[in-house]
Amino acid sequence: MLYEKTAKVLYIDLATSKIEIKQRTDLAEYLGGVGLASKLLDETMHPELPPLAPEQPMVFAIGAISGIYPLITKTVAMFISPLTGELGESYAGGRLALALSMAGYDAVVIHGKASRPSYIAIDGGNVEIKDARPIWGMDSDVVGQFLRDSEEGSGKRSIMRIGPAGEKMVKFASVCVDTYRHFGRLGLGALMGSKLVKAIIVTGDKTTKIRNFKDYFRAYQTIFKSVTETDLMAKYHDLGTSINVESISALGALPTKNLTNNRFDGAEQISGEAFAEEKLVRKLACTGCPVGCIHIGQFRRKFDDGYDYESVSVAYDYELIYSLGALLGISKTDEVLHLIEAVEKTGLDAISAGVALAWATESLMKGIVTETETLLPLTFGNSDNYYQAILYLASRKNVFYQALGEGTRFAGATFGGDAFALQVAGNEIPGYHTGYANLVGLTVGARHSHLCNAGYAVDQSLKTFDENKAVEALFDEELERCLLNSLVICLFARKLYNRETVLKALNAAGYSLTDDELTRIAKRIYSTKLRLKEKLGFDPRLVELPKRFFKTPSMHGTLESSVVERMVNQYVEKCSVLLVGKI
Amino acid sequence: MKVLRAIEMNRCIGCFSCMITCATVNQQDHSIMKSAIRIKTSGGLTGKFIAIVCQACQDDVPCAEVCPTGALVKRGAGGVLLDKEKCVGCERCVTACTIDAIYFDLDTKRPIVCKHCGVCARFCPHGCLQLIEEGH
Repeated sequence: MLYEKTAKVLYIDLATSKIEIKQRTDLAEYLGGVGLASKLLDETMHPELPPLAPEQPMVFAIGAISGIYPLITKTVAMFISPLTGELGESYAGGRLALALSMAGYDAVVIHGKASRPSYIAIDGGNVEIKDARPIWGMDSDVVGQFLRDSEEGSGKRSIMRIGPAGEKMVKFASVCVDTYRHFGRLGLGALMGSKLVKAIIVTGDKTTKIRNFKDYFRAYQTIFKSVTETDLMAKYHDLGTSINVESISALGALPTKNLTNNRFDGAEQISGEAFAEEKLVRKLACTGCPVGCIHIGQFRRKFDDGYDYESVSVAYDYELIYSLGALLGISKTDEVLHLIEAVEKTGLDAISAGVALAWATESLMKGIVTETETLLPLTFGNSDNYYQAILYLASRKNVFYQALGEGTRFAGATFGGDAFALQVAGNEIPGYHTGYANLVGLTVGARHSHLCNAGYAVDQSLKTFDENKAVEALFDEELERCLLNSLVICLFARKLYNRETVLKALNAAGYSLTDDELTRIAKRIYSTKLRLKEKLGFDPRLVELPKRFFKTPSMHGTLESSVVERMVNQYVEKCSVLLVGKI
Repeated sequence: MKVLRAIEMNRCIGCFSCMITCATVNQQDHSIMKSAIRIKTSGGLTGKFIAIVCQACQDDVPCAEVCPTGALVKRGAGGVLLDKEKCVGCERCVTACTIDAIYFDLDTKRPIVCKHCGVCARFCPHGCLQLIEEGH
């Protein structure tokens, strides 16, 4: 894509082991990323078949200027979500974007199902489907260790892999990318598992001559400087996203103990400061990002009498501290890290796993399910039980964990207790009970994530709440993020990559686009995504929100479902205007 | 004259800004394959990072010693400079370097040798890499 008006797409058919490479000049106008992936998903998906049917594709894509500017470091994955049954869209950092660009591909489409456990090795034009039988069943971290030794490309390759949860097709299984990053949300891990793909290794040694050195390097330096010498990224580098734990709790927006509360009395003990002071041992970065927001916490665990210890290092962030901390009533840093380790090695999405267990705990307390089903006396604050429960969830231990592994919405509908199943359209909620913009944002957002349109930020920024303004802000943000995600820029850098900077970066790399053209691209992408969702049978007006959201006060007080309904209708109205408009 | 030293690698976050800017400035290429410095991990990202780059050998300079055409000329402060005109692309220097710090450019068929310009150090966000004046 870079300097070329075409997208190079690698198609892999696991059923026949057939590999095909296509130059898609017709898709060049999308700038890659979510735009390109949406089109490829649209072309290859089968809405009439279940999400885990062998025919269903998984699509990975990078952007037009991936890897050549700071923080343009992400890869997007698109698929039909086995968790929600509709649009699946997930982002991961690490080294994957660089590896794909060095392998020479803008996108990879994988479909079919392998005949036996396999892993895919992509080394430039050489693509092999290899035997994964000996590594099937392994924890996510161990697979990485084995493949690092048996495969080439050290220092410039990327290794994606699933854990046992993905193999068992737990509907919110994740894909681990390069040890510390993930395609976490919406169940890509289950899809990979259903195709019998344990891992995908990407490497290559493509080189690309710089066309206009002076302009490019000037733009690079300006962006690099604003990353390292201004306050724009300081929060992410310093304490990291966990800086928000205490403040969100103080605002009354931190879902606690399955959102029976909006403040956590143990927030100070698991705050960003607490983690940094007690547990932080190092920071890491995605390739091409000088920020280094990946915070690694370490703790030691006694495993036998006497002085027998093992050490555990895992990456922590706000969302994980929310879902495996506050939401489960855990107020010790070690215990949060302990639970993060469990979701890491089994390969589960941390948010969904926490929400599912919080629901199970309340259901047990209320007598909706019994200990015969949960097998453990799950209680808020007891991390040992939760650790074990995560292993049960990943292995689908019994009928109860089997159902919970279908998602919190499914479990709520099966056992009763859907009123406190914390999900929106099937996706377990992120850690912000901020108000209407958050709830509406999660409902209408393309992937029902806080990252679609940042409703939580809209709630915090509007001084006096105004329905129209909130809907407007959500729509505009979702639209703009279509553009950022087509370039697959890390959303932590969304303020840095304003239109002026995006244009500067693109122009210096030979894309002579204007501001208006970028808006048109954003609109085109958003329209494509909306149509995809429609094809998959989604209508935001039909989303039923659990009653708990309207019972436990948000930071803006108790919420009314009628207001949410009105705002969703307004939003849908705006979408139909976009869809009929000429772009 | 200064030499490049990777002196604080414990602080490395693995951002590869050094490789990106080395390839950009010295080879005018976007690919880290063109960088004269390589950051590697031992044991994946859980291990420590190591910078594989010219150690600025002085006096006995293995790569210059084996060069049959005298294309690698000793630098005053240590290390070598490549005279591209004289180089025949025999790759002997690549194998002579004990720590594998000389890379071979498959496009140009010439070695990629660090010239201690320090651009990598300039873009290192944690001061892991530094350009240092060493006494002689």
